[in-house]
Amino acid sequence: MKKDLISITDYSKEDYLRILELAADFEKNPNQRLLDGKVVASLFFEPSTRTRLSFETAINRLGGRIIGFSDAGSSSVSKGETLHDTIRMVSNYVDLIVMRHPLEGSSRYAAEVASVPVINAGDGANQHPTQTLLDMYSILKTQGTLDNINIFMVGDLKYGRTVHSLLMAMSQFENPVFNFIAPEELAMPEEYKLFLKEKGIRYFEHTEINDNINHADIIYMTRVQKERFMDPIEYEKVKNVYILRNSMLENTKPNMRILHPLPRINEIHPDVDNNEKAYYFEQARNGVFTRQAIIAHILNLK
Amino acid sequence: MPDSLKKKLKLKVSAINNGTVIDHIPSENLFKVISILGLQNVKTQITFGANFESEKLGSKAIIKLSDVFFEDDEINKISLIARNAKLNIIRDYEVVEKRVVEVPDKVIGIVKCFNPKCITNNEEITTYFNVISKNPLDLKCKYCEKITHEDQMVIK
Repeated sequence: MKKDLISITDYSKEDYLRILELAADFEKNPNQRLLDGKVVASLFFEPSTRTRLSFETAINRLGGRIIGFSDAGSSSVSKGETLHDTIRMVSNYVDLIVMRHPLEGSSRYAAEVASVPVINAGDGANQHPTQTLLDMYSILKTQGTLDNINIFMVGDLKYGRTVHSLLMAMSQFENPVFNFIAPEELAMPEEYKLFLKEKGIRYFEHTEINDNINHADIIYMTRVQKERFMDPIEYEKVKNVYILRNSMLENTKPNMRILHPLPRINEIHPDVDNNEKAYYFEQARNGVFTRQAIIAHILNLK
Repeated sequence: MPDSLKKKLKLKVSAINNGTVIDHIPSENLFKVISILGLQNVKTQITFGANFESEKLGSKAIIKLSDVFFEDDEINKISLIARNAKLNIIRDYEVVEKRVVEVPDKVIGIVKCFNPKCITNNEEITTYFNVISKNPLDLKCKYCEKITHEDQMVIK
């Protein structure tokens, strides 16, 4: 049976650890021509420059060739072709499909239709599992372990798929602690809190960034987007509350690192960038190694 | 009025020799039940009626199907819109078995995903839900992973 990567919860702790181990190997030795002679489809039904370049770099470093498109306008989708037909056709040509699509569930469906493995590079607001794995790799690299990590998640915790997936994945490890900092409108949904409660995992909720971050091992920042608010006045009230500034970091733990899936708008002040605890650009770099690892794992190349 | 006449008047729909009687269907969902079970394709005699008085439901519908018998999987599909439906299996004018419908663990087709951004609402795809709660009903879409709650359920 072919292996896909659609949702982070499809994978076990063993899969995560295997991928992270491979990522470390690719970081040491990035150019390994394991995809020599193979063709990978990179199907971006909506533009996402960052994710696409990261995947395409990973494929190039593995020596693979790429076909595809970077937005739906330049594909047969603009002629009205269904996702079903596009995927059926493309899976005749290639050894692996990487796809990004604005509709939720599109990747799961594509994986059912395709005869080759599918990697979900984001399906609407639903899942973006390769982001979660690169976040985990970043945590492992900076903390030396995935156990006993105190993670602070800040910003839009209601709609942010990255924080939801990271929460699910980190819950597989020993003794995590979660701290949620968000305005009420964008609080962590009940279903995730219930999940933590059922697993006996500790979590705390706050409505502002203050000294509480001094306990953090990881601060995971996300964007608070204006369009998420029903009432624009509410947005105005909170928009400057969730900005991380260098002055706030003085008493944070030495091992603490700040992550952000990027792009950031104003939620991390530029004066943080030169602090050694700022890790978001390295985090993006880790994405390439992690994606090499995911491809190698899915195609059993190593 | 003699009792036998009262009983006949109460019956209203003629008895069947062999087959299935589906009772206690909410009147407003009669035609959805017919459609879910594909009864439009049945060639034997069917009688159905709606807006009968019911102590439980206020108003109920009933369907009598000659020579039609259902597998559990098939009949359980109607549990989503006829929670209290009861089946009487008839042989030689006698009720030989009574069955209740049960909410299945998976719901395939029938229900629309409530998420407008779900792929199943944008392309011809059979919906597929895992039932994560039976009462109240919560259906988790296999594709977009969103949960359609009972009060959001729309039958396709």
